[in-house]
Amino acid sequence: MYLQNSETMTKQAPDITLKPKVTSIVKINNLNVHVGQHHILKNINLEITKNKITVLLGPSGCGKTTLLKCLNKLTDLYTELRVSGKIFIEEDDILNTQKNVPVIRQKMGLLSQLPYPLPISIYKNVAYGIKLKGVRDKKLIEYNVEKYLREVGLWNEVKDRLHNSPTSLSIGQQQRLCLARGLAVKPRIILADEPTSSLDPISSKIIENLFRKLKKNYTIILVTHVLRQAVRLADNVVFMYYGEIIEQGHSKDLFKNPKTEKLREYMLEGN
Amino acid sequence: MILRRFLFDRITETWMVTALVTILLLPLIIGIALYLKALPLFEIQNLPHLIGSSEWLPTDGKFGFWPFINSSMYVTVLSFIFAAPVCLLAGIYLTQFASKNLVRIMQPVMDILAGLPSVIYGMWGILIIVPFVGNVLAPFLNINSSGYTMLAGGIVLAVMCIPYMLNMLIEIFNTVPIGLKEASLSMGATFWQAVKHVVIRKSYPGIISAYGLGLAKAFGETLAVMMVVGNRVQITHNPFKAGYPLPALIANNYGEMLSIPMYDSALMFAALLLLVIILIINLVFRYFIYKTKTR
Repeated sequence: MYLQNSETMTKQAPDITLKPKVTSIVKINNLNVHVGQHHILKNINLEITKNKITVLLGPSGCGKTTLLKCLNKLTDLYTELRVSGKIFIEEDDILNTQKNVPVIRQKMGLLSQLPYPLPISIYKNVAYGIKLKGVRDKKLIEYNVEKYLREVGLWNEVKDRLHNSPTSLSIGQQQRLCLARGLAVKPRIILADEPTSSLDPISSKIIENLFRKLKKNYTIILVTHVLRQAVRLADNVVFMYYGEIIEQGHSKDLFKNPKTEKLREYMLEGN
Repeated sequence: MILRRFLFDRITETWMVTALVTILLLPLIIGIALYLKALPLFEIQNLPHLIGSSEWLPTDGKFGFWPFINSSMYVTVLSFIFAAPVCLLAGIYLTQFASKNLVRIMQPVMDILAGLPSVIYGMWGILIIVPFVGNVLAPFLNINSSGYTMLAGGIVLAVMCIPYMLNMLIEIFNTVPIGLKEASLSMGATFWQAVKHVVIRKSYPGIISAYGLGLAKAFGETLAVMMVVGNRVQITHNPFKAGYPLPALIANNYGEMLSIPMYDSALMFAALLLLVIILIINLVFRYFIYKTKTR
């Protein structure tokens, strides 16, 4: 619907307007990423549905993480990357927009492979994003910190040591803290880059359960190479191989009837 | 064969332990030796008087070290004021903002600067900095000065410290994981906010230790400073006047003035003072590092 509001948008991407009932929140058109001579993402075309868990599945080094980083423009940090194409997040073509990059990034919360708590207290880690949004009211910040720590089930575990360094937490707790601080900027999308790869099975399960709960309010894009995790969590699956999307579709259909040899092979190895 | 390997293992280990113990004992041995050599001086004057007095009349047997300590601290602090912000900003720029090509050029430049003999810095000081201070800066501020001043010493020392401190700061900033910066950016921080809140903050202990080592090095630097600082025994807080730092006192007089009674002991005491002050600087900075790490 929103796409019809913008004339320029319809000119740039006429194919979208043909489907007025899009529930997709992210749309990627002809995305290409090069590093020097290497073509690491090849002609990516992808739509990501709102309030679903979309899993980017594939072997290590196939470009999943790069694709994820393109979405919130963290590719800017890597000057050697050349990114071309179009990525629409809601109505914005984020690769070609004049809009403020931090504002675009706040639409997405990032959960990386390793938890990277900021070198400040647990409380301030969550408050950081809220303050970046311009909130100055201490009561409101306090309220929100508690709210988001509760949302990830961490409040009871940390309420007595909010002002300690997050390094005193277990790695699973740290990952949940990172999720909480990501949620605190009120994103629409959660970008999760193999968030459980460094966690023990119990912490992983907690994160997975959180994702199931969170998809009511957020769109989750999960990068993983673990087939079982994809089967457990995914609503939609995008299977990638060497920078290309090989196959995509609903999780159930895709895993029941893999159309390509590559995915069949991957499933065979994964099980 | 087994015996040989066993013996070899044993011998190498013994060597390593010996080397380590030597390194550990060295400062202690130096300290004790200096103390013993300085002992005769303590018999004619007590310690507070030696440090606090500003009377320097060796021929009358009056040794007050305050002018030297004062000059040393003054020059060091001046150099720190010049070098610290420059290094911090340059370090942040080179690691966070600069193109890789610039970094590639800067690395050898810094290595060369760090490796230059201090006499070259001293010559450069005499040729450029001293005339600049004496003929440009001082007249501009309506001050009468020869140019051989503590300010010139501070500037030369700052330039000498920059490659040293900058190198350390670059190492430190490079160890901040990129994931941390990504985390901050993904929450909507601008690039500068990410650098300020994450990179600098994460590097606090490292920045402090780089500064501490730089300061200790500056305090002990002898030749280049000696060449430009004027070497006059006086207490002053005017940077446009000459000073006489501790290392310069030792280097200028050792071997020349030893016919004066107690002069030998006095120079040994000066060396001991230098050692102790540098030790204190190091300990203070260690404490700061400990404090910031546990915060």
